[in-house]
Amino acid sequence: MSTLQTAVRRETGTLLEIEDLATHFATPGGVVRAVDGVTFSLDHGQRLGIVGESGCGKTILSRSIMGLLPRRNVIRKGSVLFEGTELTTMSLKDRQKIWGAEMAMIFQDPMTSLNPVMKIGKQLAEPLRIHLGSTRENAQEIVLKLLQDVGIPEPEKRLEQYAHELSGGMRQRIMIAMALACGPSVLFADEPTTALDVTVQAQILDLIEDQCREREMALVLVTHDLGVVAGHTDQIIVMYAGKIVEIAPTATLFSKMKMPYTEALFQSIPKLADPSHTRLTTIGGRPPNLVAPPDGCSFSPRCPYATDTCTKVEPELQQAEPGHLFACHYPVGSDRWNEVQVSLGRRSGGH
Amino acid sequence: MAGTGHAHLRGDALLSVRDLVVEFPVGRTGLKVNAVSGISFDAQKGETLGVVGESGCGKSTTGRAIMQIPRPKSGEVTFDGQDLMQADTETIRRLRTNIQMIFQDPISSLNPRRSVRDIVLEPLNIWKVGTKEERLARVNKVLEDVGIDPAVAADRRPYQFSGGQCQRISIARALVLEPKMIICDEPVSALDVSVQAQVLNLLEDLKRDYSLTLMFIAHDLAVVKNISDRVAVMYLGKMCEIAPSDDLYRAPAHHYTNVLLSSIPVADPTVTVATQRVQGEPPSPVLPPAGCRFNPRCPAATDRCRTEEPEIREVAPNHFVACHHPIHGGEAPVSVRSTGS
Repeated sequence: MSTLQTAVRRETGTLLEIEDLATHFATPGGVVRAVDGVTFSLDHGQRLGIVGESGCGKTILSRSIMGLLPRRNVIRKGSVLFEGTELTTMSLKDRQKIWGAEMAMIFQDPMTSLNPVMKIGKQLAEPLRIHLGSTRENAQEIVLKLLQDVGIPEPEKRLEQYAHELSGGMRQRIMIAMALACGPSVLFADEPTTALDVTVQAQILDLIEDQCREREMALVLVTHDLGVVAGHTDQIIVMYAGKIVEIAPTATLFSKMKMPYTEALFQSIPKLADPSHTRLTTIGGRPPNLVAPPDGCSFSPRCPYATDTCTKVEPELQQAEPGHLFACHYPVGSDRWNEVQVSLGRRSGGH
Repeated sequence: MAGTGHAHLRGDALLSVRDLVVEFPVGRTGLKVNAVSGISFDAQKGETLGVVGESGCGKSTTGRAIMQIPRPKSGEVTFDGQDLMQADTETIRRLRTNIQMIFQDPISSLNPRRSVRDIVLEPLNIWKVGTKEERLARVNKVLEDVGIDPAVAADRRPYQFSGGQCQRISIARALVLEPKMIICDEPVSALDVSVQAQVLNLLEDLKRDYSLTLMFIAHDLAVVKNISDRVAVMYLGKMCEIAPSDDLYRAPAHHYTNVLLSSIPVADPTVTVATQRVQGEPPSPVLPPAGCRFNPRCPAATDRCRTEEPEIREVAPNHFVACHHPIHGGEAPVSVRSTGS
């Protein structure tokens, strides 16, 4: 039992294969195309970041992969292969066996994700007893080890406490311990540090990184913060209006971003290195209505480089270099991009 | 982490706060939350003062205490030559036309059942400014200034707008009486980065056009640096450091400021930040540590820090820090008792 717990996963190759995944919600106002045809794969032990603004579909994408969606009024398409097994057609019962054991998730708000009337020790032991059939004593032992792993001081005392007695950072550590309990092969972290202070955020991100490395666990880190993904992922997906607009290895994305949306998102962040009162570059307008997304490229109404082509023809994902895909007719560095940069006075010509 | 000492105060400020103390009772236990424990700062006319710190450090309480909501326990708050702590309710009500506030959650700070025009018009009606036509013209002008088209938007209600637009409406409401100062409490924390940039740029423009003085309270250091002239760092109800914003970020003197700065995730994978991590989380403001309040988490704490509260002093021109062993500027002289500024 504890062999499974501490076993280091040595598998390599593809863990998750997502193909043309779509999740639409039928609402009184029309069909909301929250996730609209997403294809990517995740290798064992790989750390993937999904970034985008609110409403871009990043949370729904991670929930769609896990199958954590209501059944009513949801239209699902596409395929999710987990170690070769199709998840989308699996029964709820079978999926429940995978949740927690193979795929675990932590959320933004640890308070509402923990059971307020169940002691921490009991909550932590629950997945162990359900998925691994641990006995009470055995589970307790593992729980203590887990609490130590996630850096909780005085773990014995915590077993008898309730969620409300702990601070936000401590609760998030408990959530992580619970997610790690059965040794999942992939951890979905949906804005895990957004509700936390910056010093605690740094601690939690370090913890997640250490645990991923130690357990050779893959990570899907969903966040709006480009700073968070920059330091803690191997690969990044940028989403806009339910679609992947750019996907690249982390270093490549930041050094050679192709998609104007990625560029705009990056430029609108205030940077510590800039002197104070530096004028920020903004993205005009607002994200499109996902009930009736614009024709062509969904970013075109806000894009400074957009032409008639962009408003008519939807750009396909194309390859810049192996592993780096983007969906744009006039990517960063193209002639059109240079022309507009010059006319905006951002550049005197050339890249 | 003392807030004691007034070495950093200037004579000619629009807003001056000295030894501000705010406490809240904890139920009927007889205990109290030491939300703000004797902080002093000032803001000159036309200046943007940034206040940063983690949750529970008392930054929002400070902003509200200036507005006298609720009345602070002790201290001095002087605005435009008038002592707000001694002023009666009616004087304070009048003074609030000159200090306005905007809040973090723009949607819940607007009345959902009223039109945008009514929301922005109300302060003018209360103070009976001009004729009805003049008021409506003023509302339209202010809405245009914040980037909301009055012809389209004035009859709509807040739920029909996005968070960023609601924040613009809140700003319009704050501006309509032409205040001298606006206290912004986490005005961009709930917004996406692209919208956040729009609102920050807007605040810069309005500050210039309306000759405003701003107090900008936020937890995001990069945002605060961008907008502020001077930045104050707070920790657990005390002032740690106050300096011109470029100086503070280039050469932090307080260990807490340094920790805060090195905790920020940088949007550049090639930057390997010299990670100065702290253990644990801020202690409870109900029973704050003795001496310097940061000492249990401070990498440089000594016995002196555990007993003696550091006083704020100048370590570089206009750069003030409350620390016995600052990163630069030399050790604090032993048992110094400044007589105030």
